[in-house]
Amino acid sequence: MSQTTTFEQPNTGTWDGGNEPFKVSYGKLMMWFFLLSDAFTFAAFLTTYGLARHRHKAYEGTSEAFTFSTEWWPIPDKVFNAFPGFHGVDWPLAFVALMTMILILSSVTMVLAVEAGHRMDKNDVQKWLLWTILFGSMFLGCQAWEWTHFISGTDEGMKLADGSVIHGANLIVNQYGPPLFADLFFFITGFHGTHVFSGVVLLIMIFINTVNGVYHRRGHYEMVEKVGLYWHFVDLVWVFVFTFFYLV
Amino acid sequence: MASHAHHSDEFDPTADIPKPQTKVIWKTFFILVAITAVEFAFAFMMDPGTLRNAIFIGLTILKAFYIVAEFMHLKHETKGLIWAVLVPTVLLIWLLVALLVEGTFYGESVFNYFN
Repeated sequence: MSQTTTFEQPNTGTWDGGNEPFKVSYGKLMMWFFLLSDAFTFAAFLTTYGLARHRHKAYEGTSEAFTFSTEWWPIPDKVFNAFPGFHGVDWPLAFVALMTMILILSSVTMVLAVEAGHRMDKNDVQKWLLWTILFGSMFLGCQAWEWTHFISGTDEGMKLADGSVIHGANLIVNQYGPPLFADLFFFITGFHGTHVFSGVVLLIMIFINTVNGVYHRRGHYEMVEKVGLYWHFVDLVWVFVFTFFYLV
Repeated sequence: MASHAHHSDEFDPTADIPKPQTKVIWKTFFILVAITAVEFAFAFMMDPGTLRNAIFIGLTILKAFYIVAEFMHLKHETKGLIWAVLVPTVLLIWLLVALLVEGTFYGESVFNYFN
């Protein structure tokens, strides 16, 4: 009831809500501030990675002679070099390149859905939301595979001084290097993956609403824009994770 | 916008829908793909080092600019909103620099403990 009243008689005075200094709706503004706070969380994670990396020794030798050791921080090319269906083949960063492409594509289909919403084109909104859900799910599938491989490890594993060999990584042991490397891999990519998962859930919700014509009746597709902001932020975080975890 | 008045209750497929304006979106997409390709080129063709890391970080910030400015539309918002979002991130740069220095110091103290 009170909502209807608000719509019919908007407050126009400067100090009773009639003034919008940022020219965006309350929902969009709060999404921006939420994303800013989320950026702080992710930056704290990546900064922790940087701290842990600087606290450990860097690998000094040539790339060809590299072996996994707890003595030094691993070279990412040597850790992330597996591809589904090509067991034991050394394809450095190929799979993560594919994942990056999928996520950038999902960002494009998302912004196309927002654009269709501006034109009140329900069919196009549905189409592009479905593509975004598909690419988002593909990314999650890729991440599930990457985690599985990271946890189960390579055939060679890491030889310890007492002659035993460890394969793969968990929160305590890590065949690729210092245990902190695996811990941070799980925390950072896991936290990002959780965000992608939440994004896919939100996308499915607004897809159902779009199909039911909720936004068309409302007269605007602003909810698609707000979820779009969140989705682009997830892509933005991946850009930084990609650089600081896989490239540097 | 024009559809409010007569068919607000149900979707009408015969209603006038403007043509999509997607030129900028695809242009931004190709820029992002190109920057990523350049990053891979540097990853494989240049030896690791401070310079390469600086190039990576520069290209990352460029990519972030295109995502935030075009996809998230921040470039087209009011100046107040742009600053409200960007200014607090300065603290993150401070955090990053401070803790990298701290990490190096911490590592050195551990490695040279018995010296």
